Amino acid sequence: MPTLPNGQPPWGQPLQAPPPPVNGHQVRHPQSGPFPPAPSSFNSPPPPFMNGPQKNPPQFHNVRPSPVPMDSPNRNSPLMMGNAKDSAGHQPPLAGQPQPPLAGPPQPQFSGQPQQPMGFQPMTGPRPPTLPPGQHAPYPGQNSSPALGGPPRPPQSLGGPHVRMPPFAGSTSPQGPPQTNAGPPSNTPFYNMHAPNPPISSPVAPQMPPPSSQVPPQPTSAPTFSQLQQRPPAGNQIPAPMANRYPPQPQQVQSPAYQRVFPQPTTQSMDGLTSQMGSMSVTQQGFNRLWGNNMESYDLLQNRNILPPTKIEAPSINLQHAFVDAQNCSPEIFRCTLTKIPETKSLLDKSRLPLGILIHPFKDLSQLPVIQCNTIVRCRACRTYINPFVYFIDHRRWKCNICFRVNELPDEFQYDPVSKTYGEPSRRPEVKSATIEFIAPSEYMVRPPQPAVYLFVLEVSRAAIETGYLKLVCDILLAELDNLPGDSRTHVGFITYDSSVHFYELVEDAQKPHMMVVGDIDEIFLPCPANLLVNLHEATDLVRELLMDLPNKFQGNPEPSSALGAALQASYKLMSSTGGRVTVFQVTLPGLGPGALQARSSGGAKDASPLLSPAIDFYKRLALECSASQIAVDLFLLNSQFADLATISGIARFSGGCIHHFPDFHVASKLHEEQLERCFRRYLTRKIGFEAVMRVRCTRGLGIHTFHGNFFVRSTDLLSLPNVSPDSGFGMQLAIEENLNDLQNVCLQAALLYTSSKGERRIRVHTMCLPIASNINDVIVSADQQCIVGLLTKMAVDRSQASSLSDAREAFINVAVDVLSTFKATQNMGGPSGLMAPHSLRLLPLYIVALLRHPAFRASSNVRIDDRVYAMCQFKSLPLGALMQSVFPDLYPLHCLTDEGALEIEGKVIPQPPRLQLSAEKFDSKGLFLIDTGDNLIMYVLRHINPALCRVLLGAPSFEAIPDVMYELPVLDNLDSERLRAFVTYLQEIKPYQPSIQIIREDSKYRSRFLQYLLEDRSESSLSYYEFLQHLKTQVK
Amino acid sequence: MAFTFAAFSYIIALIADAFLIFFAIFHVIAFDELKTDYKNPIDQCNSLNPLVLPEYLLHILFNILFLVSGEWFSLVLNMPMIAYNINRYRTRPVMSGPGLYDPTSIMNSDTLTKCQREGWIKLAFYLISFFYYLYGMIYSLISA
Repeated sequence: MPTLPNGQPPWGQPLQAPPPPVNGHQVRHPQSGPFPPAPSSFNSPPPPFMNGPQKNPPQFHNVRPSPVPMDSPNRNSPLMMGNAKDSAGHQPPLAGQPQPPLAGPPQPQFSGQPQQPMGFQPMTGPRPPTLPPGQHAPYPGQNSSPALGGPPRPPQSLGGPHVRMPPFAGSTSPQGPPQTNAGPPSNTPFYNMHAPNPPISSPVAPQMPPPSSQVPPQPTSAPTFSQLQQRPPAGNQIPAPMANRYPPQPQQVQSPAYQRVFPQPTTQSMDGLTSQMGSMSVTQQGFNRLWGNNMESYDLLQNRNILPPTKIEAPSINLQHAFVDAQNCSPEIFRCTLTKIPETKSLLDKSRLPLGILIHPFKDLSQLPVIQCNTIVRCRACRTYINPFVYFIDHRRWKCNICFRVNELPDEFQYDPVSKTYGEPSRRPEVKSATIEFIAPSEYMVRPPQPAVYLFVLEVSRAAIETGYLKLVCDILLAELDNLPGDSRTHVGFITYDSSVHFYELVEDAQKPHMMVVGDIDEIFLPCPANLLVNLHEATDLVRELLMDLPNKFQGNPEPSSALGAALQASYKLMSSTGGRVTVFQVTLPGLGPGALQARSSGGAKDASPLLSPAIDFYKRLALECSASQIAVDLFLLNSQFADLATISGIARFSGGCIHHFPDFHVASKLHEEQLERCFRRYLTRKIGFEAVMRVRCTRGLGIHTFHGNFFVRSTDLLSLPNVSPDSGFGMQLAIEENLNDLQNVCLQAALLYTSSKGERRIRVHTMCLPIASNINDVIVSADQQCIVGLLTKMAVDRSQASSLSDAREAFINVAVDVLSTFKATQNMGGPSGLMAPHSLRLLPLYIVALLRHPAFRASSNVRIDDRVYAMCQFKSLPLGALMQSVFPDLYPLHCLTDEGALEIEGKVIPQPPRLQLSAEKFDSKGLFLIDTGDNLIMYVLRHINPALCRVLLGAPSFEAIPDVMYELPVLDNLDSERLRAFVTYLQEIKPYQPSIQIIREDSKYRSRFLQYLLEDRSESSLSYYEFLQHLKTQVK
Repeated sequence: MAFTFAAFSYIIALIADAFLIFFAIFHVIAFDELKTDYKNPIDQCNSLNPLVLPEYLLHILFNILFLVSGEWFSLVLNMPMIAYNINRYRTRPVMSGPGLYDPTSIMNSDTLTKCQREGWIKLAFYLISFFYYLYGMIYSLISA
């Protein structure tokens, strides 16, 4: 959104992206328009402000590369009708507006969708009103709002003790001695590492021998590296006594306030910024940031604290003047790896970035315009839905933005339901909102909308009963029976299976459910034609009785094996006439009947790659049959032994289902029980769409190449999704098939046609419009690193299944090398020694380090194969936000929660601590840390925690008194505890599946649960972030 | 002018090659239909998969005849194709039935383009070899 912050005078000049820079990071623009004259000191060449900590005006502090999208203030614009859910979290006050009826009998329904409090993000705190003129508020990056970057940095912190950065990036000669003005060298060990030596980067890197997969050579000149090598032997990746390895840091001991304890990446970025930007004026930086063209580049080796302390927002999409006000689809729904599409294939190849989109089409939205009208306006040639990015030739005709055909507008479209006026088609909600839902008329139905049909298929073999899951699942089901989405036609059914398949006839008049056992599993048949699926409302009592009865019925069942294949075939037969959802709980390896599997071994292969592909295609074929009958199969796998998820996941992968995996599940473990319960509750009650198809159309010249997710691809652009859930995401790789140079924008439109649980046929349409880039610099600068990581993981999963895991790992490293090499080539800066990365891709190496250590792609053989396959399945189907969190979890310090920068939601104040890099070097031995991986919240209490803190937060008098592991936060009546609980609850509630919390002591035997997420530190088999960067440096040409 | 075994192998090869040309054309058309959305990939794979092994067997059949009749040059010309076919079948996706094409992955444009290109190349190869076998037949008929 290239709009200006509120209160800004409009641009007088063409609203275009800055012209292609000459040397890559310098853009000159007329300083006209709204920019106030910048103070002259800001315009001067690289200000030597690091030399004199106190010399600079405090405003300088505010000038920092902002991780905030430039558009956040404007996302709130109330003009935008029904923007489904913008990233700013504040909804346009749509609900408050009276909604006049649409033309014709149908009523406009601007129905609120089930609300997810996802919208509240740290960025969205109330922004301060526009600053007085003359200040620099127009540049969002230098906003002094506390909501932006956590607590405001005190000015004195510039040269204060926290400055832990590597040598000043701005020094003209990188070989020169580092500038030691940043504070006493004894401040931090990591400062030590650099201070007495020349900067490590330049002199050491050339000496590095070719990298090997093992531990990389250590620079002998850096004493702290030898320190680092004093780790205890392998197996315990990070030793418990952190304090030994990271000597006490005096200033941290003194100050509990994290503003000073934690390094401030922003200051560092600032450092890199000023050095790299050279003569670029602040005005121009502001301009660039405002337009999303952040031209800054970073020396990764020197800016080690590259992670911004706040949430990383999606880069904004800057359209040209015709659509400058048009609201693009929310980046949480629709995202492209490049926010500017290269105009030719050769340009794309030159940039060596992947091109693709990630879609989260059925996301829970807090507000969504829903329209019911007689005719849904679509292009007659390509069937594109009318959207905000079409061209209106006059009031009667519009030009499709996908195929460029000129279409007529129906009369009905002239009427604007909001203002009740005629003659202005551009005021229609379809043209104002990029995400919209239509209630489809009958021509969108092949058959009458199906009812909601749920079939539960439960394994009851001995191993399954021993885990105790059956009672838990039946209890949850019993409790949520009334909350299942559906209408009066909702049907449910139950099947259990061990070595035979059991059916339950639920006749309305009967007193008890009647169980029928079919032992002929090779030729499964339905024992009775009707009453196996019953109307939930008519037979509620029977269903309840069955659910109460089931756990007891199979108590002590001696049958050891399970006939999953037969049970699935039976489900297919039962449901094939209606379609619906099958929920399978599987515990053991299916060993009987059709689809029987044997325990496989990798057969002497170097890694487990052969086990990642299915052994037989039974489940896939069955899934395709199910898909054709609109049946989706969701798999809950609770195995403790190998269950060959790679094979049985086929049933969910190709039928549009989902997979949940609870390894080693046992109901006795509180953690397991809680996780399954939360997950299953959400699963039962979340929205569901039946008999869905999704079509993605893109402007002529672009083509969809490969699809990722759980579905069946029915034709080149049509995905068949028997069920669609709000928690599934999809990815598509795009190819540039024709040159796009005569276009200004390209559009992508995803249309999801589904039957709601209330039996309504609906179409949800998302449209995204992207500008075209004609030079390589624009392409690189516009890259979206998180989206790239999201797409890369999907491609890597394919790669590891098609060839091998090591290939996929190599591909990751090559991506990082390629990206940095390309950037270096475009910079043509005559060989500076650093490892330069553009702003848009500065976190990519960090994410790749994390990916190489993710269970899905880890090289070590101690990841169980089912866990690995599950992680891969998740990568294929998770929406981007959850995916990023599982790749790179958030680490928060909890010992210093303050109200500064806090969010306020429904009267509750939720503190927002800064995010830290995932390294033990960030630990304060007196502290308390929380890691949020998306499906786990793990709190880690360090040994020297302040007893007072321990008492107020954890209710234990000292560190020793804390139990080995706790599964809930004590409710204590004090402010700190309230803050902590508010924050933890907030983290839980913004996720669809609320994670459980674990509190782990530093010396607990469970500590590896936490320590495995310190992804930037070295482990036995992988490089640390810094070592990885050095490795990259040797590779980057 | 004599009717030798070599001439007989060429006649068989000619007839078989005509069938192979039809198979190749059918493949090309089928993939084109997939590309233009006319057919469901499941149906299309079901109709293509049963044809894969007959094609391979037909090809191997007349190569065995070449081997027996000592037509080394013709055999060498066909060896790369046999090797390719065997390798292609060895690395096929996991399937219970015979065949090569998996409806879940066929719609990936990489796979689709690859299959289509394979069809065209085979078509060209069979066409050229058709004329070569014609020549070989006549040559062996008149030379003996």
